[in-house]
Amino acid sequence: MAENDVILETRGLTMRFGGVVAVNNVDFSMKEGELRCLIGPNGAGKSTFFKCLTRQYKPSAGQVFFRGADITSDITFQIARRGIGIKTQVPSVFDGLSVHENIWLSARRHHKTRAANKITDQIIERVGLGHATKQLVGRLAHGERQWVELGIVLTGEPKLILLDEPTAGMTGDEVGRTTELIREINRQAALIVVEHDMQFIKAIAQKVTVFHHGQILVEDTMINILSNQQVRDVYLGKHAV
Amino acid sequence: MTDLMTSFRRFDSSRHGTWVVAGVMVVLLFILPVLDDPLLLLQVRYYISMIILALSMAFIWGFGGIMCFGQSMFFGLGGYAYAIAVGNFGESTAPFFLAMIVPALFAAFLGYFMFFGRLNDVYVAVITLAVTLALYYFINSTSGDEYTIGKARLMGFNGISSIRKFNWPGDSTALLSANHLFYFAMGLLIATYVGLKLLLGSTFGRVVVAVKENELRAELLGYDVRLYKLAVFVIGAAIAGLAGCLSINYKNFISPNAFHLSLAAQIIMWVLVGGVGTLLGPIIGCVVLLYVSFILGTGASGGGLNTYLIFGLIVMIFVLVIPQGIVPTLRDWREQGGRYRRMTAGAVLSMAEQLPASSRAPVRAFGERMLGLAPPSGHSGNKG
Ligand SMILES: Nc1ncnc2c1ncn2[C@@H]1O[C@H](COP(=O)(O)OP(=O)(O)O)[C@@H](O)[C@H]1O
Ligand SMILES: [Mg+2]
Repeated sequence: MAENDVILETRGLTMRFGGVVAVNNVDFSMKEGELRCLIGPNGAGKSTFFKCLTRQYKPSAGQVFFRGADITSDITFQIARRGIGIKTQVPSVFDGLSVHENIWLSARRHHKTRAANKITDQIIERVGLGHATKQLVGRLAHGERQWVELGIVLTGEPKLILLDEPTAGMTGDEVGRTTELIREINRQAALIVVEHDMQFIKAIAQKVTVFHHGQILVEDTMINILSNQQVRDVYLGKHAV
Repeated sequence: MTDLMTSFRRFDSSRHGTWVVAGVMVVLLFILPVLDDPLLLLQVRYYISMIILALSMAFIWGFGGIMCFGQSMFFGLGGYAYAIAVGNFGESTAPFFLAMIVPALFAAFLGYFMFFGRLNDVYVAVITLAVTLALYYFINSTSGDEYTIGKARLMGFNGISSIRKFNWPGDSTALLSANHLFYFAMGLLIATYVGLKLLLGSTFGRVVVAVKENELRAELLGYDVRLYKLAVFVIGAAIAGLAGCLSINYKNFISPNAFHLSLAAQIIMWVLVGGVGTLLGPIIGCVVLLYVSFILGTGASGGGLNTYLIFGLIVMIFVLVIPQGIVPTLRDWREQGGRYRRMTAGAVLSMAEQLPASSRAPVRAFGERMLGLAPPSGHSGNKG
């Protein structure tokens, strides 16, 4: 795949909940290897957008293309197999299982048992959970559970990784490590990162997409976004659109 | 107590625990026939078929997370499949396998609609319940001559009697002796238990548990959870069918009661009482509850207290009194006890103030000692 190829594209993607239009006719596009930040006030539709991409919700209308293939009618596990990994806003991990088992289940999807065992150990080292290998994930602190989920997603070696508020509940130190990790991951995969932490966004951002009322408000570099009056109004609660 | 439960679960899921349980079964396999007590062997065979049924539910519910309210339907289907097939073939080898294949196929059919149709747990419970009821009423209504499969009549509510027992494979004239029937049943129990343990330890089993833990995450990893659930449901049905066919070889008889909801409810109780998420627990739960109903005189003799009443009471106790399970409840009681003790101590102390000075001291000391015994107030005891 060439650098300039589109990895993900949505056309007219729409998700309605009764009268609420959480995602409204979104045409989104990003390239292979890109690191895109997705921001917007609470309720803007960012999480819902992610859920439509991974078929946790069936979109009310519109199409999704991944590496040229129409994946609109794929279901969740098929989308995962195509190479889209997601860290959900509320950590979705196996709380009743150990850290090792959590990562192993992800590794085993792609490798034979022996290789899976090896990869599991490597990933646990990489996300810095070596001290907690045998602990139940449900007993870990919120920040650590985020790491477990990051580890699970990394293990699958997806081509596109969706991260929904990955630094929530992390200490400043952990946020720093996440920044490092995201840069590292970006060498092999494209990413969309939803975050509220502006410092964090500044540290990683290339291109930023701003969501508002389920629509793309603007799409630009971080510097331009920060000086954009529309975006400021949205964040200050004024009605700009 | 918490430690006890934790170590029980650890024992159940450990490799040496599996060896110990399987070892005990093997010892029973060799010892029981030596006792030369035909009645005991017969009783044990009955328990074995029920334990296998309990294991089927322990597997699909405790590990697969599938709440089947009608596990008895597969037990009944297995029994009827065996009875009808053996009535036709006059030989038990193929019927033995059909007793597992027929329920498995039925479960595949039913499960396909439930799991590929993405029905949630409550609907799965309701549908399995409804299908079991439907089968019960259907079989009940098949007493007419027109309900005949090959040479075998279904007999409706009368049930099918004098069903042929197992013969040696291929030789329909060589029926298994009572001892051999016992060896066969016990051997199948050991195979079922060890087989389930191996399955749960395999990649398949680990994914099954993961699906139960978090279906969404399993899917996001790329596992087709529909297939895993279907597979678990089908395996559970085959095991329940095996139990059904073994139970026929105990009583030579099957009636629509095999499909009865009271049996479906009992299966759930065995697992509930013994411990969801273990294999050993439901085995113990099954044996204990069956024995309870037996000593209450409601077993084979049919007299005495009503089994349903007793089991209804047990469920009510579990659901109403200790819905969160035995262990947390005991902890709460200890805290409650502390509160009452503090109240009593307070009453004793204020009483001491009313007493004449001469007798005040010992009463006050008593009150203070009670207070000293009581754990600190508030919820600090939660950690204990
Ligand atoms: N399952 C749902 N049912 C109804 N409304 C929903 C559901 N999920 C999200 N919404 C609504 O959609 C809008 C967008 O929510 P969400 O995608 O979570 O926003 P964000 O992640 O940007 O904070 C909100 O108004 C929310 O209330
Ligand atoms: Mg969100």
